[in-house]
Amino acid sequence: MSSFSVTEPSNRSKWFAGTLVILYALITMVPLAWIMLTGFKSPADAISYPPKVVFEPTLEGYVNLFTTRTRQTPEFLAANPPETWYEEIVREYDMVIAGPSKFGERFLNSVIIGFGSTFLSIFLGTLAAYAFSRFKIPLADDLLFFILSTRMMPPIAVAIPIFLMYRQLGLSDTHLGMILLYTGVNISLAVWLLKGFIDEIPLEYEEAALIDGYTRFQAFYKVVLPQAATGIASTAIFCLIFAWNEYAFAVLLTSGTAQTAPPFIPTIIGVGGLDWPAVAAGATIFLLPVMIFTILLRKHLLRGITFGAVRK
Amino acid sequence: MPDSPATRAAAATPVRVARKIRGLSDRAIAWIFVAPTIFLLLAINIFPLIWTINLSFTNFKANRIGREVKNVGLRNYERILTDSDIWLNMQATAHFLFWTIFFQVLIGFTLAYLINKKFKGNDLWTTIIVLPMMLSPAVVGNFWKFLYQPQIGLFNYIVAFFTGKDPSSFEMLGSVNLAPWSIVIVDTWMWTPFVMLICLAGLRSIPDYIYEAAEVDRASKLRQFFTITIPMVLPFLMLAVLFRGIENFKMFDLVVQLTGGGPGSTTELTSINLKREAFEKWRTGYASAYAIILFVTVFGLASIYVKALNKVKER
Repeated sequence: MSSFSVTEPSNRSKWFAGTLVILYALITMVPLAWIMLTGFKSPADAISYPPKVVFEPTLEGYVNLFTTRTRQTPEFLAANPPETWYEEIVREYDMVIAGPSKFGERFLNSVIIGFGSTFLSIFLGTLAAYAFSRFKIPLADDLLFFILSTRMMPPIAVAIPIFLMYRQLGLSDTHLGMILLYTGVNISLAVWLLKGFIDEIPLEYEEAALIDGYTRFQAFYKVVLPQAATGIASTAIFCLIFAWNEYAFAVLLTSGTAQTAPPFIPTIIGVGGLDWPAVAAGATIFLLPVMIFTILLRKHLLRGITFGAVRK
Repeated sequence: MPDSPATRAAAATPVRVARKIRGLSDRAIAWIFVAPTIFLLLAINIFPLIWTINLSFTNFKANRIGREVKNVGLRNYERILTDSDIWLNMQATAHFLFWTIFFQVLIGFTLAYLINKKFKGNDLWTTIIVLPMMLSPAVVGNFWKFLYQPQIGLFNYIVAFFTGKDPSSFEMLGSVNLAPWSIVIVDTWMWTPFVMLICLAGLRSIPDYIYEAAEVDRASKLRQFFTITIPMVLPFLMLAVLFRGIENFKMFDLVVQLTGGGPGSTTELTSINLKREAFEKWRTGYASAYAIILFVTVFGLASIYVKALNKVKER
C-alpha cells in the first residue's frame, strides 16, 4: 500500500475477523453437508449411532427417491435376474422396481410453476414499474404502500378465501391457479424492486429516443429495457426463489396434479418408516440448484436483498 | 444525430405534442401498463381480503356447502379474544419472535462487523454464509428434524460430545422445555445471514471521512464504535428487525415441518393454530376473524415501529 489510511483495519484484526467468519461459515455448512452425505448412505448407515462420517457410498437413496418398489417371492427374483444397476441395488432387499415414483412429476411441477410465475411477474411487473416510474399516476404512493402491506397477511389467512375462490373457479390443484397465485404474491415486490431500478435510468435517454422519432413503446423496449436488464434479472431470481421454496399455499391448495416438491419431499416414506436417505436425496436435488444459483449470481443477489430492504 | 430539416423540426416540436401525434397518449400507456397488475392484485389480494372480512361475521364452514350461513355479528371476534388457548399461541409466537430476533441481531451484526474488516476472500465466505436463507423453509425444517433425532441425530451427538451427556437423554423436538428453543435455533441458523447482509449494507454506507475526522480528533476506537458505527447502522438494523418480525409473525412452513406445533401446543404459533381452525376443523368463519385479528396486529405493530424508525432516521 502506498498511502497510509487510518480506516484500513490492521493486518492482525483482519486475520482475527477472517478466522471467526470462516469458522462461522464452516459451522453453518455442517447441516447442509450432512444432508448431502446422508443422501449417499444406506438406510442402516443413515440411522447408525454414533453418526457415521466415513461410510460406503451408495445410490440407494436416489434410486428409492425416483422409484416405487414391491417385495417379491424368491422364485420370482430367481427367474428374473436384474438387468440394470438400479435393479441390482433394489434386489438386495428382495424387491423389484414397480415403476417411477411421483418425485419426477413434483419436481417438474416446481419448475413449471416457478418459471411460469416468474415470467408473468416480471412481464407485468416491468410494465407497471415503468408506468409508476415515468408517469404521474394518481395515488401512486398510497397504492404502492397498500400493495406492500398485503404481504403482511399470513399465507394461511390469504389461503382461506383463495381456497374458496379457486374451488368455485375450478382452479384448485392446477398449474394455472398456482402460477396466478404466486404471481399475485410476488408482483408487489417485483414492481417495488423494478421501479427502483428504472428510477435509476436517466430520463434523457428516452427523451432523446422520443425526439429521434421513437414511439413510447419503442423507447420502452429499445432504450429502457436493455438498461434495466440487470435489475430485471435480479428481480427475476427473487421471484423464482420465492415460488421454488413456497410451501404453505402449495400444501393447502394442491394435492396431486399441481403439487410442487416442498410439500412432497417430507412425505417420502420407505419400508418401515421414513426413508431418510431418500428424503435427503430429494432435499439435495431440490436445494442444489438454488445453492449453485446463489454462488454464481452472488453479486446481483446480495445487492438485490439489501437494495429491496433498504429502499422501503 | 444528422442535422436535417426533419430532425430539426422534431426537436422544435414540444415533446408533449410529439407524443400525442404518435399513437397512444402517455396517459393511455400508463393505464395499459398498470392495469394488468392492478387487476391481478385486486383478484389475488384485495378481493380475498374483503371476502375474509365478510366471512368473519358468519358461521360459514367450507366443508359443508349446503348449510345455511348465518350472520353472527362480532361473536367470532369475541370468542377469539377471550379464548385462553389463543393467548397461549400468542405467547409461543412472542417467545419465538423475541429470541429469534435477539440472536439474529447479535450474531448478524457481529458477523457484518467482522466481514467489514475486508479480509481476503470475504465475499466468498459471505456467499457461503448466505446459503441457508435461500433454501426452502419446509425442506430445511424437514431435514433439521432428522438432525434433531434423539438417538441418531447429528445435533444431539454434537451437543452430547461437548457436554458429556447421553445423546438419547434429551429430545429437542419432543420435550416441552426444549421444543420452543429448537425452532429458535433453526430459524436463527437460517435467517442470521439476512440481518448480516442488511447490517453490512449499513456499515458500508458509512463514509471513511467520518472515521478519519474522528481519528484526527483522537477519539478512541471504542468511542468511534459507539458514537459513529452504532448510530449509523441503527436504522439499517431496525429495518432488518422489522422484516424479520413480520416474517416470523407469519411463520408457518419451517415450524410445521419441525414440530407440527407440538409437543402439546408448546410450539403452536398463531399461523399453525390458524391452519388447524381453517383447514382441519373447517371453522371458516371463525378462522377468518382470526386472520383479520392477526393482520390488524401485524399492521398496527409495524406502523408504530415504522414511525419509530423514521424518528431514528431523522436524527
